[in-house]
Amino acid sequence: MSSVAPADLPIDKELADGEAAELAEREPGTKAARVKKRLTSRTATIASLVIAVVWTIPTFGLLVSSFRPAELIRTTGWWTIFQNPGFTLENYATVLFSTSSSSPQLGSYLVNSIAITLLGTLITLVFAAMAAYAFAWIRFKWVNWLFIFVFALQIIPLQMSLVPLLQIFSTWLRPMQAWLHDIVPIIPEQNYLPLWLAHAMFGLPLAIFLLHNFISDIPADVIEAAKVDGATHGQIFFRIVLPLATPALASFAIFQFIWVWNDLLVALIFSGGTQDVAPITQRLAELVGTRGQEWQLLTAAAFVSIVIPLIVFFSLQRYFVRGLLAGATKG
Amino acid sequence: MTTPDLLGKILQVVMGLVVLAAVVGLLIFFIDKAPKKGRDYWQLALFLLPAMLFVAIGLVYPAIRTSFLAFQNNAGEWSLDNFIWMFTQPAAIRTLINTVLWVALAPVISTVIGLAYAVFIDKSRGEKYYKVILFMPIAISFVGAGVIWGFVYDYNGVGDQIGLLNAIVVAFGGEPVQWLQTDPINTILLIVIMIWIQTGFAMVLLSAAIKGVPTEQIEAAELDGTNAWQRFMNVTVPGIRGSLVVVFTTISIATLKVFDIVRTMTAGNFNTSVVANEMYTQAFRASEIGRGSALALILFVFVLPIVIYNVNVLRKQREIR
Repeated sequence: MSSVAPADLPIDKELADGEAAELAEREPGTKAARVKKRLTSRTATIASLVIAVVWTIPTFGLLVSSFRPAELIRTTGWWTIFQNPGFTLENYATVLFSTSSSSPQLGSYLVNSIAITLLGTLITLVFAAMAAYAFAWIRFKWVNWLFIFVFALQIIPLQMSLVPLLQIFSTWLRPMQAWLHDIVPIIPEQNYLPLWLAHAMFGLPLAIFLLHNFISDIPADVIEAAKVDGATHGQIFFRIVLPLATPALASFAIFQFIWVWNDLLVALIFSGGTQDVAPITQRLAELVGTRGQEWQLLTAAAFVSIVIPLIVFFSLQRYFVRGLLAGATKG
Repeated sequence: MTTPDLLGKILQVVMGLVVLAAVVGLLIFFIDKAPKKGRDYWQLALFLLPAMLFVAIGLVYPAIRTSFLAFQNNAGEWSLDNFIWMFTQPAAIRTLINTVLWVALAPVISTVIGLAYAVFIDKSRGEKYYKVILFMPIAISFVGAGVIWGFVYDYNGVGDQIGLLNAIVVAFGGEPVQWLQTDPINTILLIVIMIWIQTGFAMVLLSAAIKGVPTEQIEAAELDGTNAWQRFMNVTVPGIRGSLVVVFTTISIATLKVFDIVRTMTAGNFNTSVVANEMYTQAFRASEIGRGSALALILFVFVLPIVIYNVNVLRKQREIR
């Protein structure tokens, strides 16, 4: 990959032509220096363009293919779209709405993904915010040790807790799910409960740590003033801390949302894999296994599965980056 | 999906929300009604209760239990069979080697490309859009990425190639290759997917770090007559060392735990398995709980030094500051 790195890295300034000329007039410099600067920045521009194109093409190809008729996808490359034109929405109709038992029936799994992600995110967020507040603003000596311990839990790979947690769930949670099904028959016996809980359990250490960073930054005066006015911890938490920490909550929520939405491992183990519960990633992985060559279905299905996180990503990108930076640099 | 199905799902979500609200409401009620004596103590305990309960059940107890399970055979007797299996069976050894290969390649290449790209586009016109292009795969699931790249790697026995990679090979006069079934190129091609996803992450963090390097230092170096490469190596890189460590370790840990890519693309066949995938296969497909646990423990052992190193570096940096 070093072939894309030019020998001369333009760390200082890479300006557009007009600006560069303008700058050259203001700054003393020979013509040769100016040309050299332009050249190096051109190498960098080309290199970054190449990287950008390589990074986009796979997704672009998928998107184009998902709108092509099955016959054309099977026989011609998507890049020949102008020689072999064809456009259809049928692939999407098939994967989303067809009720035939042989179709992917993604609609159902899409609803599951939304349901899982909604509460998987919310539970983590609420409990993490409560814990983060306590860690930051209620002082006890041993609490700091507990906080370090919770932080350290991040080094436990998910894999280490899967087997025992599944055993715990099948002994303790299963009867509860059955009971739920008995009193409200419309709720299937395989329901979202294990997935919600598992995602919250696995997401909490990081969530507590990140939110703690923000919540402990709230000025002490604000909280002391509220205490003097007789506010209880519950009131401070709801009326002061939560509103002030909203940007942090938002950025972590996006994080957790994308993480839960894109998860496959937790779903495979705790969902049971039925249409009642399994998320769209699990269905997609299944389709790859059973219908690896039916690209008209796979491309459309893949695009359905990535479109919601992409919308979230593009519209809330700023918060997402903020969360990322906070998490990585304060750690 | 039938209407009752949908109603059932909506009902579940609504009930979930109601229960969550009730739990929080109840906790806050008791927090505010805590007895005067040892009040702070009670309030603290109640604030922490749900999170600690979840963490204890979901992480602490399971991690301890997995550590024990790794040293037991299927009959529940203590033994080292699982580890002997892991270090003697060719397939299991291959899994370990593959994992090492993943960790050796993915973090380095992602970080290097991410850094180069961040430097190239720094302060350029349209930097924001450039960034989004590279960053976008972060939002795509590993499974989705698997499908995207599976299409790139597609192989056709007869007729035109519809996979981009084989089409390029054929255009240059080569024979199409069954990429995902050819060892060892298949593992490399799976690693490419990981790199594709992680580079954006590296780029965003490093770009932010580069902007934090004081311009005075760079200008001073410029006045000293250094060229751009020297300035990069002697000013920028030391200036962003902390971020480089964070990026590198984060991607390393993510790579160690990678499961979805392998699972979706090859399911670990054709000698592509890695520890995380093998753990799933052994514990949940083959019902070899002991072997699965041993693999999970190995994963933990792999992650441990990376994390310790990371913590140490950060601590030192704090001291310097």
